[in-house]
Amino acid sequence: MNGLSIKDLHAEIDETAILKGLSLEVPRGEVHAIMGPNGSGKSTLASVAMGHPAFEVSKGSIALDGEDLLELDPDERARLGLFLAFQYPVAIPGVSVAKFLKTAADAHHPDGKAPAREFIAALKENMGFLEMKSGFQNRGLNEGFSGGEKKRMEILQMLMLKPSFAIMDETDSGLDVDALQVVAKGVNKLRGPELGLLVITHYERILNLIEPDRLHILMDGQIVHSGGQEVMKRVEAEGYDWVREEAGLPPEPAAV
Amino acid sequence: MPILETDSKLVQDYEHGFVTDIVTDEVPKGLNEDIIRMISAKKEEPEWMLKLRLEAYAHWQTMTSPTWAFIDHPEIDYNDIRYYSAPGSMLDDDGEVDPELAKTFERLGIPLNERDALAGVAIDAVFDSVSVGTTHTELLEEHGIIFCSFSEAIKNHPELIKQYMGSVVPMKDNYFAALNAAVFTDGSFCFVPKGVRCPLDLSTYFRINSADTGQFERTLIVCEDDAYVSYIEGCTAPQRDTNQLHAAVVEIYAHKGAEVKYSTVQNWYAGNDEGKGGIYNFVTKRGLCKGAKSKISWTQVEVGSAITWKYPSVIMEGDGSIGEFYSVAFTNKKMQADTGTKMIHIGKNTSSTIISKGISADYSDNTYRGLVKVLPGADGAKNHSICDSMLVGPNCSANTFPYIESENSNAVIAHEATTSAISEDQLFYLQSRGISEEDAASLIVKGFCKEVFKELPMEFSVEAVKLLELKLEGSIG
Repeated sequence: MNGLSIKDLHAEIDETAILKGLSLEVPRGEVHAIMGPNGSGKSTLASVAMGHPAFEVSKGSIALDGEDLLELDPDERARLGLFLAFQYPVAIPGVSVAKFLKTAADAHHPDGKAPAREFIAALKENMGFLEMKSGFQNRGLNEGFSGGEKKRMEILQMLMLKPSFAIMDETDSGLDVDALQVVAKGVNKLRGPELGLLVITHYERILNLIEPDRLHILMDGQIVHSGGQEVMKRVEAEGYDWVREEAGLPPEPAAV
Repeated sequence: MPILETDSKLVQDYEHGFVTDIVTDEVPKGLNEDIIRMISAKKEEPEWMLKLRLEAYAHWQTMTSPTWAFIDHPEIDYNDIRYYSAPGSMLDDDGEVDPELAKTFERLGIPLNERDALAGVAIDAVFDSVSVGTTHTELLEEHGIIFCSFSEAIKNHPELIKQYMGSVVPMKDNYFAALNAAVFTDGSFCFVPKGVRCPLDLSTYFRINSADTGQFERTLIVCEDDAYVSYIEGCTAPQRDTNQLHAAVVEIYAHKGAEVKYSTVQNWYAGNDEGKGGIYNFVTKRGLCKGAKSKISWTQVEVGSAITWKYPSVIMEGDGSIGEFYSVAFTNKKMQADTGTKMIHIGKNTSSTIISKGISADYSDNTYRGLVKVLPGADGAKNHSICDSMLVGPNCSANTFPYIESENSNAVIAHEATTSAISEDQLFYLQSRGISEEDAASLIVKGFCKEVFKELPMEFSVEAVKLLELKLEGSIG
C-alpha cells in the first residue's frame, strides 16, 4: 500500500503506555487530519512514527510504502521520504539555516552531495515563496526564532526536502492569521498525488485552509472515530464527549 | 542511544602513531650539570648560553612541582628522561634533507622542500630536539624577516636572543619554565622589523619521535613597531605505552602597533582507552603587548595529549593594547586538560576577549582556568569572556574556574558561561532530516566551536575542523 500504514500500534515511554492499539491508513495523494483531547497521544504518534528513541514500541507495526519502519533509525526513515514538522523545533546554536539545509539535502541525495547551484536557487525561491526575509538563511537554526519563524522554518524544510509523506504536529499552534496563511500556502504547494499528509491539530482554522480528505479522532491512545468535515464541525461545537460515548469509552478521568 | 551509553566502543586509531626508524645522536638519560653541558656542546652554544642554562638548572632544583591543577598524574621522574635526541644525519650527500626524515614529515602532510611547499606558509620542522629544516628563508630575508631555529638564532643573532629571551617568561617564573631554560633544545625564532607585514604565515611543526625523550622547545617571536606576523604551530607524536613530557616555553614580544597572531593545532598522542601512554603537554606561553596599540591573539585547537596544562596569556602593558584568546579544547578517553588564559591589564584603555569552548567525552576531565586581572592604573579596561562546556556522554567532566581580580573601579568585565550536552532532542531533530547520528553530533559540535574556528588562518581551520570530526567519531556510536 502506498502511504503510511499503522496497525495495532502500542507504544510507551518510561513504562507508561500512551498508544494502545492505534490503527491508521493514510494513502499517498490524500490529506488526513487527526484531532483529539490533550494527552490522547497525538504527539507521541508523530514521535514514534519518526523513531524517537525515548519511546518503546511493544506491539504493532508502522510501514511506509510497504516498508517496515520500526527497524529503521530516524535518519533512515527520513531518507525513505518521511518528514516530521515538529511542534517545538529545537535550536542548534552556531549551525546556520543554510548549512543545515545543505547537510540535509546532501544526506537525501543518492550521491551524498546535492548540486550546489540548484540547491541555492531552490532555497532562494522557497524562501521568497514563504515570505522570509533575505539573510534568514544565515541565522543559527531556530536560534532566537519566534514561534512563527520556527513553524515557517519547518515548512521551508518540507519544500526543500520534498518528502513523500509528511506528518505535521500541531504546526498551527501559536500562529497568527498571517503566519497561518503562509504555512498553508507552503503545504498546498506540495500537495499532490505523490504526497501523503497527516495533519495533527486542535483547531478548525488550519483545516479550513488545508482541507483534509478524512478526519480521525485520537482518544486514549487509539483512533476511535473517523469521518469527513462534519466530524470537525461537531467537535468544534460540542467538544469530545459525544465521541467518548459513541466509542463506548469511560467518561474522562477527573483533571489531575 | 549509543551516544549516551557508558562505553565508547570504537577505538580511534591515532594515524600519526608511527615511529620513524632512524639513527639518532643521543645523550644518556638523566638530568644533571654534565648532561646540560653535553647538550650545550652538541649545539655548539656560546659560553653565555651555557651559563644561563646552569643558572636555570640551579634555580629549578630549589623549586617544587606545582599541584594546584585539576590534574592527576604519577610523579615524573626527571632522571628517567632523555634530554637530547637528534637524527644522526639530517642531510644526505646532496645536501638534501635525509629521506627518512623527509618521508616522516610528508606522511604528516608537512612538505619540507619548497617544490611541494604549502602555498603561503614557511615551515620550520623540528624533529625531537632539533630543527631539521626551514623553508622560504631567502624570501623572508628580502623583507628583513628572520625566521630560523632557535639554535641558529643563538649563533647568528645573539644580541636579539640576549635582549628578548626571558623578557616575557623569566626562568624563575615557574617550575617548568626553569626546567625549560635549563634543557631547552630547539624551537623557532622569528623577528619582524619595523613596519613589515610578514607575507607568509610562519609555521613550526613539532614531531616527537624517540622514546623516553622529553621535548623542551623554546620559541620566541618579536615584532617591532607596526609589524605583523601570523604564526602557526602544529604537533604530533608516535603512539607509545609510556608518557613523554613536552614542556615548552613560547614568548611573544609586541612593540608599538605590532600584531602577532599565534595559532596552534595540537594533536599529540593522547594515550589509549585505558589512559596508558600519551604526552604530558605542560607549556608556558605568554605574550607581552609592550607598545601602545599592540595586539596579541592566541588561537588554539587542542585535541591531543594525555594531559594538557597551559595558559597562553597576554600582558597588556601598552596603552590601548589588545589581548585575545580563542580556544577549543577537546578531551576524550582518559585525557585530562586544565587550560585557559591570563589576561593582565596594566596600561590604559586595554581590552581583552576570551572565548573558550571545552568539549569532553568518554571518561575525560576538561577544566577551564582563567584569570582576568586589572591593575589599579588600568583605566578603561574592558574584558569579555565566554566559557562554554559541552559534555558528550555521562562519564566525563567539565569544570570552570574563572578568576576575576580588578583593582580599578571603571573596568568593565563581562563573563558568561554555559554548560550543555548534546541533547537527544537535537540529535533526533537532525536525524529526522536524514542526517546520520554521527554527522548530527559533528554538526552540533562544529556549531558549538564556530566562534573559535573562524579565528584560525584559513588552511588551518579546514584541518582543525576535520581533526575534531575525526576525534569525535571515536566517542560517538
